[in-house]
Amino acid sequence: MKRFEPFARAKTMKPATQLKATEERLEEIRRSASDVAQRTAPLQPMGGPQNPKQESYYGLPALKAPVWTWEVPLYFFLGGIAGMSACTGFIAQLFHGGSALIRFCLWTGLVGAALCPLLLIADLGRPMRFLNMLRVFKLRSAMSMGAWILVAFSNCVLLAVVCFELQLRGFANPLLVGLLWLAEAAAAVTGLLLAGYTGVLIGATAVPVWSENRTLLPAHFLTSGFGGAAGILELAGFLIPATQILGFAASGIETLIEVMLQVRKRPVDTPLHHGGSGRALLLAGLLEGPAALLLRAFLGSGSKGRCAAAGVFLIGSLLSRYAWIWAGRASARDPGAQLQKKA
Amino acid sequence: MAVAAFLTDATLCIGCKACEVACKEWNEVPEDGLVLSGFSYDNTKALGASTWRHVMFLEQPEVAGPQMADTKDPFRWVFLSDVCKHCANAGCLESCPTGAIVRTEVASVFVQPDVCNGCGYCVVSCPFGVIDKRPEDGRAFKCTFCYDRQKAGLIPACAKACPTQSIRFGDLEELHQRGKSRVQELRDRGYDDARIYDPQETSVGGIHAFFVILGEPEAYNLPPAPVVPTVHLKSAWSSALISAAVIVVLICVAFAFQTGGTL
Repeated sequence: MKRFEPFARAKTMKPATQLKATEERLEEIRRSASDVAQRTAPLQPMGGPQNPKQESYYGLPALKAPVWTWEVPLYFFLGGIAGMSACTGFIAQLFHGGSALIRFCLWTGLVGAALCPLLLIADLGRPMRFLNMLRVFKLRSAMSMGAWILVAFSNCVLLAVVCFELQLRGFANPLLVGLLWLAEAAAAVTGLLLAGYTGVLIGATAVPVWSENRTLLPAHFLTSGFGGAAGILELAGFLIPATQILGFAASGIETLIEVMLQVRKRPVDTPLHHGGSGRALLLAGLLEGPAALLLRAFLGSGSKGRCAAAGVFLIGSLLSRYAWIWAGRASARDPGAQLQKKA
Repeated sequence: MAVAAFLTDATLCIGCKACEVACKEWNEVPEDGLVLSGFSYDNTKALGASTWRHVMFLEQPEVAGPQMADTKDPFRWVFLSDVCKHCANAGCLESCPTGAIVRTEVASVFVQPDVCNGCGYCVVSCPFGVIDKRPEDGRAFKCTFCYDRQKAGLIPACAKACPTQSIRFGDLEELHQRGKSRVQELRDRGYDDARIYDPQETSVGGIHAFFVILGEPEAYNLPPAPVVPTVHLKSAWSSALISAAVIVVLICVAFAFQTGGTL
């Protein structure tokens, strides 16, 4: 019989001599099962009600919980900052922003781009096979798109940094300038995708609390990303009007998201309000939203106040990524969330 | 194309677990915990990376039925051997970023163990909670539909070992017919809650391992309305792109103010 090649590589079919023994063994399992087991009653209805209402099978989970470890939420956080930093740098360039700021943005992007793959590879069950991520390009898999986005972003931001550093050192030929602009623009676009796709990644899953928030998640992660990028700039001393405006915008949007989450209490959102994940998400939302906003509004005129607002926002942003993963685990463990879903 | 299928019939299952044993032995699946659950005679609890057949033991109080136990609180005892559904639109297969999960020539869903890198995305993409990562190995595993046996012209080990033909293996169309007539037969005999579980009207588009059950599917942890997660991609990506556009405008405004020096 013709053997299917990929499978033959994976696991060899047992040799023919062994095959006879295993087939006999399966017969033996069947015989011993039918010897031991017997029906306790004939196949006859015995009167009484039917179609009992049981909400789940002994309350056991109907879904498998996410297996991702601590690296993945940290990657969501760093990827968001790296991507949005590169994007901010490019827009600053468009509006003739300071060279120091653009340089800092690009380097933040590059450091992030260097750390992100390490975190993702560490989370793999088989880290040595990380290159398998690049054996297919699959639009229907958000994880596949994410792998390609990260690769594209890393390369673009590396090229941008190299061109920028060369330009700073006086290599001012038009080709280099053109290449710099191209690399920066590409890093900005892929950076936006990098900051946003993580919301799509968990939104397009079977986990009810994630899939039912699939439109909120990318918006939240992107906001967290650009606010974080602006926060890093402020902490690095770029206390310019632009970062102030971005800080206000990010914590303002996060406040709105927090208000919306608190007002809209759907059953599927239980893990967002109760238990450990609920408490973590509330704290994260308060830090990113109202706390950062109020600090900036009342103490934002001073550098210390701005740095405090930026720091609080960053802590909230990091905590929020963990809280969403924890909420996903709680949601997968609750059989009702999956079984009571209507078509 | 011939589509291989399982028809697993809860009204024929005697709860002997021969399918669990046969599956473990043939596929050399490692032991995954010897614990007593307290849930009837079920100590397996759920499908997982190292459990590819799982016999459920439902105790349905105050319901008359075929396996009425002789106790002072009578209940209907229903058994069902759960398995990977081999969905027509499979969440695990769609989401796999390495292409490790493929559809075979008999339309079953197969994880190539030499390609899987253990990213864990299939785990959250299965609407039935079937596939899982084996921690000590790192890769994801589930029922192979005994693809190796099928290639050698043999039927899957669980179907082979089943002593009551509760697990039937064969062509999908034929088994659909058999399932329909079985449900009709059961209803004629007074089992008004006998039904087929095969969510064809959902985005999953039907399953190749379907079931004859008594009562509501929820009682078996089978979702009445499973969704293949790829249907969420469009709205999630739209949100990402719209948000990204708004944020780009915001950053432009921030730096435009900066250059204007109005703040």
